[in-house]
Amino acid sequence: MQVNEFKPLIVAFCCNWCSYAGADLAGNNRLSYPADVKIIRVPCSCRVNPMFVLRAFQRGADGVIICGCHPGDCHYTSGNYYTRRRMTLLFSMLDYLGIEKERTRVEWVSAAEGAKFASTMNDFVSKITQLGKNKRLEDLRCKK
Amino acid sequence: MQKISRDKLIKKASNLLNSGIVRCVLGWKRGEFDYDITPNVFTTEKELIDDFVWNDFCGANLSKYLVSKTQGVDGKILVFLKPCDTYSFNQLLTEHRFDRERAYVIAVPCEGMADINKIKQITNEGISSIEFNEDTLSISTLYNEEPIKIAYDRVLSERCLNCKSKKHVVYDELLGDDGEILESNRFDEVEKIEKMSSEERFEFWQGELSRCIRCNACRDVCPACTCEKCVFDNPESGVENKASANSFEEKLFHIIRAYHVAGRCTDCGECSRVCPQNIPLHLLNRKFIKDINEFYGEFQAGEKIGMRSPLIDYTTDDIEPNEAVNRRDS
Amino acid sequence: MQRIGVFVCWCGSNIASTVDVERVSEALKNEQGVVFSTNYQYMCSQAGQDLIKSAVKEHRLTGIVVCSCSPRMHEATFRKAARSAGINPYMVEIANIREQCSWVHKDIITGTEKAIILGKAAIAKVNLNAPLIPGESPVTKRALVIGGGIAGIQTALDIAEAGFLVDIVEKKPTIGGKMAQLDKTFPTLDCSACILTPKMVDVAQHEKIRIFSYSEVSSVKGFVGNFDVTIKKKARFVNENICTGCGACVEKCPQKKIPNEFNLGMDNRSAIYIPFAQAVPKVATIDPNACNMLKNGKCGLCARVCTAGAIDYTQKDEYIEEKYGAIVVATGFNPISMEKFDEYAYSQSRDVITSLEFERLTNAAGPTGGKLLRPSDNKHPHTIVFVQCVGSRCSVDSEKGKEYCSKICCMYTAKHAMLVRDKYPDTEVYVFYIDVRTPGKAFDEFYRRAVEEYGVHYIKGMVGKVVPEGEKLKVQASDLIENKQLHIDADLVVLAAAIEPDKSARGLATMLTASMDTNDFFTEAHPKLRPVESPTAGVFLSGTCQGPKDIPETVSQAGAAASKVIALLNKDKLLGNPCVAHSNEEICNGCSQCERVCPYGAISYINKEFKMPDRSIKTRRIAVVNPAICQGCGACTVTCPSGAMDLKGFTSKQIMAEVDAICR
Repeated sequence: MQVNEFKPLIVAFCCNWCSYAGADLAGNNRLSYPADVKIIRVPCSCRVNPMFVLRAFQRGADGVIICGCHPGDCHYTSGNYYTRRRMTLLFSMLDYLGIEKERTRVEWVSAAEGAKFASTMNDFVSKITQLGKNKRLEDLRCKK
Repeated sequence: MQKISRDKLIKKASNLLNSGIVRCVLGWKRGEFDYDITPNVFTTEKELIDDFVWNDFCGANLSKYLVSKTQGVDGKILVFLKPCDTYSFNQLLTEHRFDRERAYVIAVPCEGMADINKIKQITNEGISSIEFNEDTLSISTLYNEEPIKIAYDRVLSERCLNCKSKKHVVYDELLGDDGEILESNRFDEVEKIEKMSSEERFEFWQGELSRCIRCNACRDVCPACTCEKCVFDNPESGVENKASANSFEEKLFHIIRAYHVAGRCTDCGECSRVCPQNIPLHLLNRKFIKDINEFYGEFQAGEKIGMRSPLIDYTTDDIEPNEAVNRRDS
Repeated sequence: MQRIGVFVCWCGSNIASTVDVERVSEALKNEQGVVFSTNYQYMCSQAGQDLIKSAVKEHRLTGIVVCSCSPRMHEATFRKAARSAGINPYMVEIANIREQCSWVHKDIITGTEKAIILGKAAIAKVNLNAPLIPGESPVTKRALVIGGGIAGIQTALDIAEAGFLVDIVEKKPTIGGKMAQLDKTFPTLDCSACILTPKMVDVAQHEKIRIFSYSEVSSVKGFVGNFDVTIKKKARFVNENICTGCGACVEKCPQKKIPNEFNLGMDNRSAIYIPFAQAVPKVATIDPNACNMLKNGKCGLCARVCTAGAIDYTQKDEYIEEKYGAIVVATGFNPISMEKFDEYAYSQSRDVITSLEFERLTNAAGPTGGKLLRPSDNKHPHTIVFVQCVGSRCSVDSEKGKEYCSKICCMYTAKHAMLVRDKYPDTEVYVFYIDVRTPGKAFDEFYRRAVEEYGVHYIKGMVGKVVPEGEKLKVQASDLIENKQLHIDADLVVLAAAIEPDKSARGLATMLTASMDTNDFFTEAHPKLRPVESPTAGVFLSGTCQGPKDIPETVSQAGAAASKVIALLNKDKLLGNPCVAHSNEEICNGCSQCERVCPYGAISYINKEFKMPDRSIKTRRIAVVNPAICQGCGACTVTCPSGAMDLKGFTSKQIMAEVDAICR
């Protein structure tokens, strides 16, 4: 039963105004999701540099998810539109290089969508758990 | 074979030099062998007559050198640009990397450039000289009395076989006749890779990119890589240069590099030309170009000055990242 | 090297029941930079804050990590505590181990493990934190209101009443806007001019208000508190300081065949004109495209009759530069063009009119003196058909109209129908509608009165076609409830044309770097909580430039915008958010990509000389961020190819340190 014991490492970048608040709401409503998800707060999803995503994979993350305000609702009016284009091209490139496409995701979660945040994380973690360890992108040297 | 003669280029450049319209000439310089050619700055007619070259090995895109050569000194620089080089020229202007007034662009029509590696695959025994004729070229070697004759298109470089444009998008003066923007099959190879399974793609790129020796030639030659300080040279960036620990390191380098030039890459193909390991790096850039065309509409970087790159633009109904990746499978 | 104190909160049992707080504070002790680590029942309490203050003193802390509830809850609390302990507030980071840990994980082992990792990430970040000081900028105590309709008028009056200077810029020769053209107002039926014109006079007489009529904003630079605005005062060829508005020139002007804009072209005015009797400022304006004197130098009658000597044919456009602390956009609306709706025969018959034209026809100061007469033959119409939603609520792919509901048409049409039936009971009135929308105080009662007391025929269905035939307008329509086709011979057809933002709005939005939606309505900073502010700091929205609304709503929004402006102008200086972008000039390429993604226009470029290692001087174009404008989204940081652009408080190194700590 090796597979079941695998605990994936998930990095979630959440924008301060919508998704981070959505994650807080999931907490307020006690909607559980696996502890494998670790959230990094950024002011806006457009602050997430593709380099951060690659960095996470390099350091051993099994999945990276970026959450932002729904398109049209960005606190900074247009930040998530840029995120959408940037991540579209990055994910497509990672897929092209043979990295499993399930390991990357963008999800729009509003401050009111605590339930969506929890269900998104549950779904993402279960997909990554099925995929198993991220061997293709891990930089072994960087693991202690 | 190039239709415009070397003499014509030298004569043009000398006139402009001697009349004081330009201060120097950015061109191609003869090396030890016929195919060894490097970008060079010429300041006198004599230098031009002695060392200037215009032949089928002048693949080097000279636009990038304007960034450094126009700085700190006065006067105009004459630069010879082939059609594909003019796109880089415009892109650099879009990014304010040099002053348009400082360059005097002479557009040179291009019949496509030869790939020395292809020639060496045909014969690699002490090539002494290579002569280009209309549709053929004759290679003289130290060991054969008779030169070897081969069809020109057999040695044409990959990027020229898929030439996207024979049209100069900018110039001050045109030599000969200008061509047209072409329909090319440049995305065929990208499509071939896309059609592979995820594992096959991983194996393919692992095989290609693991040969990287991190010589930085691709970056150094890239006309989109003109940063004052490259992130790979900057200890503050978190991705600074270091010896690669494993195959992912090269991947990281090449993904970041391709990403940095995405939306700005004109597909000039210089990265692949200079790679000593013959890694098809242009296939990374072309993937981005193909995606951009598919997702956000046709975009050719450098077509016009001041164009807004798709990555610094958006529409409210752009495709979602995960949808974009999944679409290819369905 | 930082000296970091770690404070793990129990939050009573909220955290402590699923996170072993003792283990967390113990585990974090060994992290880089940590010199003190403890846990406490309620960190946010006074006792908890005192614990932080005494630890700062005792252990000479330079940085603080609180493992507690969400930073959205108590970040401000702990920053304040840090400040009072003598540490820069931005040296505090929160690890969210309640909402994002103890409350969502049930198992104490995994909960504790995760809390430790979140703590490590926060510590890794604090190790790279730097003290941040919010920038200060002064506030120019003067407001600019763009647009002189009821929205602009009300905003200006409210701001001026609070004691601040206000300038109104109005592109037409008079303020008053659309409301000045209306006859009666729903649902009370009071006369529009009677309630508007006193306000116009108030504006004119207010010592704090200046009116720039016949003027446009030609450029806006600067930022909240410090806008530099250039106003173009178009030449009106009349010295408005001398003109008494007596109207002698208007009477004598020989060129009288100019379509009168104020009456929507239903009658004529002269080349020199005063738009209407109560115009403010009440001065004449010469239409340069119609005046014989200006066109070919032959006439000069008006100058001869002007006893005040106000006529000045040599007047030029004048540019006025002024500083403002706040800008209110009140550019209003227009009915859309009926060009694309030829099925209603608007261009074929003068008796097919828009609702705004109808307002002029029933207005006592209108072209017919308030008598309802058909434009074509001045006969009294006996059958009138009103068509609702012309260009409103169109399908997404419609190229003719707008997707949105124009909101006011249902009510004004009910008003029109009622007024007709009241004055001319012999007239049959039909209203074709998709839905009748009457949310609003006394609105539905009003509409029902039209149906029940005034006998207006409301028919659910659309008009398919209007064909002029002889003196009649043949109206073909469908009745969706009776499910039948109707043919009505009408004398007059009135189209409730959709409303759209004034055309000047888009150019203005660009100047203000204020965002707009796809319909060119200005976007609010938050649709629910900040509805009168634009996302661009210091720019406020009043009236229909933000979306369709009626007069009471417009006036409320005008007052709300004014109160925001007053709150801003009341400050002597503004404290900025210190978490702003900053460009490292040493490695900036000056490529302009960051400038293009900045939603606020906070980035500009300068040429700067750099001393090179070989002592030569190199001039380079570099980006400069104005910290007073930057809102700190970080879009520019990712666009920057060289990594010169970074965001304070969320630097790339800090975020990567968090990533590393989580992935360790």
